[in-house]
Amino acid sequence: MEVKLNEEELGLLLNDLMEVHGYDFTSYAKASLRRRVNRLMSLDKFPSFAEFRYKIKSDSSYLKRFVEEITVNVTEMFRDPSFYAILRTKILPQLATKPFIRIWHAGCATGEEVYSMAILLQEAKLLNKSLLYATDINPDVLEEAQKGIFQLNYMKQYSENYVASGGREDFSSYYTANYDRVIFKDQLRSRMIFATHNLVSDSSFNEFQLIMCRNVLIYFDKDLQERVFTLFDNSLEPLGFLALGSKETLRFSAIESKFQQVKDQKIWKKIE
Amino acid sequence: MEKDRVNIQRVIIIGGSAGSLEVLLEVLPQLKHDLKIPIILVMHRKATAESTLVNLLSSRTSICLKEAEEKEHIRNNCIYLAPADYHLLFEDDLSFSLDYSEKINYSRPSIDVSFESAAEVFKDNLVAILLSGANSDGTNGLREVQQRGGLSIVQDPATAEVSFMPRSAVDAKVADKTIAVTELANFINQL
Ligand SMILES: C[S@@+](CC[C@H](N)C(=O)[O-])C[C@H]1O[C@@H](n2cnc3c(N)ncnc32)[C@H](O)[C@@H]1O
Repeated sequence: MEVKLNEEELGLLLNDLMEVHGYDFTSYAKASLRRRVNRLMSLDKFPSFAEFRYKIKSDSSYLKRFVEEITVNVTEMFRDPSFYAILRTKILPQLATKPFIRIWHAGCATGEEVYSMAILLQEAKLLNKSLLYATDINPDVLEEAQKGIFQLNYMKQYSENYVASGGREDFSSYYTANYDRVIFKDQLRSRMIFATHNLVSDSSFNEFQLIMCRNVLIYFDKDLQERVFTLFDNSLEPLGFLALGSKETLRFSAIESKFQQVKDQKIWKKIE
Repeated sequence: MEKDRVNIQRVIIIGGSAGSLEVLLEVLPQLKHDLKIPIILVMHRKATAESTLVNLLSSRTSICLKEAEEKEHIRNNCIYLAPADYHLLFEDDLSFSLDYSEKINYSRPSIDVSFESAAEVFKDNLVAILLSGANSDGTNGLREVQQRGGLSIVQDPATAEVSFMPRSAVDAKVADKTIAVTELANFINQL
């Protein structure tokens, strides 16, 4: 039978990670974390929890693998097309009046969201005065994101999403296909900055007009969500926007009163 | 809220795919209004299918029926639907968690994922029911339910519009009991 963690063992593991390596996963939602750890123990064929724990404590190259595999890096271009349609029609026109636009993608995974945003900015003729800061805890996915190379077989879906978001160009004009891969145009990539940033432990590093943090907070417990909201609040200009994933909300948070929700959208405007 | 949490004794989780919507539309109106337990529905559907399914299902029952929300605490006498395009998981404090990890059995939400997570949290208080469908999602989940002492129920494949999914569970010997669609509401009402 597969080895499965109990709650106590998960606690021991999280403690080790913190004490030995300084990685703090203690405020992550446990159900998903437990599932990811079980999956990793079974992928790497550990006969027991004790051996898994020993490996994590003693082998720092395995720690890298642990972080890569424990985080959920699944993402899509123009995921939730209606969200991108609102960015296009309601949010970007407000940012357009600024002399310079800084956007932070927190938890950008392999970058699909960042390229989608760059395309929107390009079409709104704002890309040249924008900078997209793309960060994640997982260095591996950032390396991927930086390359701008994606699988060709996803392009059909992405192109449909793009059209559903109100895109009118030929989606394939944004990339060059090469066998089963595509590479996105340098022009899009030229305005992106990639860096590791851990939302648990790293602090604010700039002031932004728009922060996107989608499908990251679902992995955090309430306390950590609250801390990250404060971090975002501290990193947003007055009248800046915060965009969350389709199942995430600012409601009931301590900073809610400083923000106004864009009608029916998971987008909030900082009003004070 | 605290009070509701302590009171949760049994939980029903139902998984279904092709052909299971019809089953729910038939069963929901027959459930007693003062059902003392929560029911969680994990249905395969298009990633884009938004609120329409909730509306359709809730039109068939007077019991509160809503989409399960991230960190929401599970309450008795409520029916929850797993949202499209996320896996639905359960926390030890009896709240929901959402997860956007890889599809399992080509599905998100995956029935296996939710059954396994529910089994870990609710153990022998869980009743898992697998309905009609065209893939084998749910079979591994039911195995976990059994191993943790829960009750594993499968729609009688003979009464399933698409029998592949319940058949797969029966063949894998992970069904404690098979139930015909016509018996299902009665079974739930008596839990
Ligand atoms: C499911 S992906 C979301 C990708 C994209 N934003 C989307 O919605 O499609 C979640 C990302 O959050 C990152 N993440 C998890 N914990 C983090 C942390 N503490 N700090 C920064 N990023 C984190 C993961 O590495 C992963 O790439």
